[in-house]
Amino acid sequence: MIFLTRRYHFPASHRLHSPLLSDAENERLYGKCNNPFGHGHDYVLELTVTGELDPATGLLLPVARLDRFVTEKILRLFAYRNINVDVPQFADLVPTTENIVRVIAELVRQDWAKFFGDLKAHVSRVSIQETDRNRVEMFLPVQAGKNFSAERNESVMVYG
Amino acid sequence: MLITRRAEFSASHFCRAAALSDRENWALFGEEAHSAGHGHNFVLEVSVEGEPDPVTGMIVDLKELRDILEREIVSRMDHRFLNYEVEPFAKVVPTTGNIALEIWRRLENKLQAAQFRLARVRLFETPDLYVDVVQPANV
Repeated sequence: MIFLTRRYHFPASHRLHSPLLSDAENERLYGKCNNPFGHGHDYVLELTVTGELDPATGLLLPVARLDRFVTEKILRLFAYRNINVDVPQFADLVPTTENIVRVIAELVRQDWAKFFGDLKAHVSRVSIQETDRNRVEMFLPVQAGKNFSAERNESVMVYG
Repeated sequence: MLITRRAEFSASHFCRAAALSDRENWALFGEEAHSAGHGHNFVLEVSVEGEPDPVTGMIVDLKELRDILEREIVSRMDHRFLNYEVEPFAKVVPTTGNIALEIWRRLENKLQAAQFRLARVRLFETPDLYVDVVQPANV
């Protein structure tokens, strides 16, 4: 099996605050991430693609095409944005790193076949690093004949 | 348990598929298609699998792994022009994927002979782009 991983960087701001909790509970749970003014991170996004190498070109997929896809579908939405205010998916969703990974995986799923339907390449992993000490990864099992599976395994890794 | 040794080699390459026209190669590979070549500092991570030895606490002797990587890969690819000097890249496009597969092929038997179980070859072309080979599919 061969996996190709491409890393992207985007700065964005967010605030963790759940409307289902009181102000005091929010502050206790999210701590300084609950600061009403929000705060920012340099997020690192990794997409891992798996599939078969094209025998003529030696490529799983042209990286420039992946870059265009990610720029258009993901970075345009998130880079230099306030995630709570500017990204519609977070109108009613707390922008934890976990939820950001799920939203990005869904964005990839929606348009993957349209952009890469001609290739035998599938996204098998979405990873977001919020800081050097936190990373959330979502593994997307590829089923035969499908570009994407609804079944998901999620993992949270905390370093430091 | 996996244990990983890192090695680096600097090499030049270009990517052009013989089956494609000049225009198609440029459209597909971009600047990588320039036939005079360009270079990268490739970073190779080789992971082998095992459990710590009850006496030594070591999974493998990393010096031995380092020596095998040096002998089989780094000394053959470092400061070389891959398309002209390293087999099979006169005929196979030296994309990061194909270089990683070739490294797997070269290491598999040598590591097995030295009692290592090869689990993963990870090759970084740049810090933002890497390929993993985890099973010898079609090798």
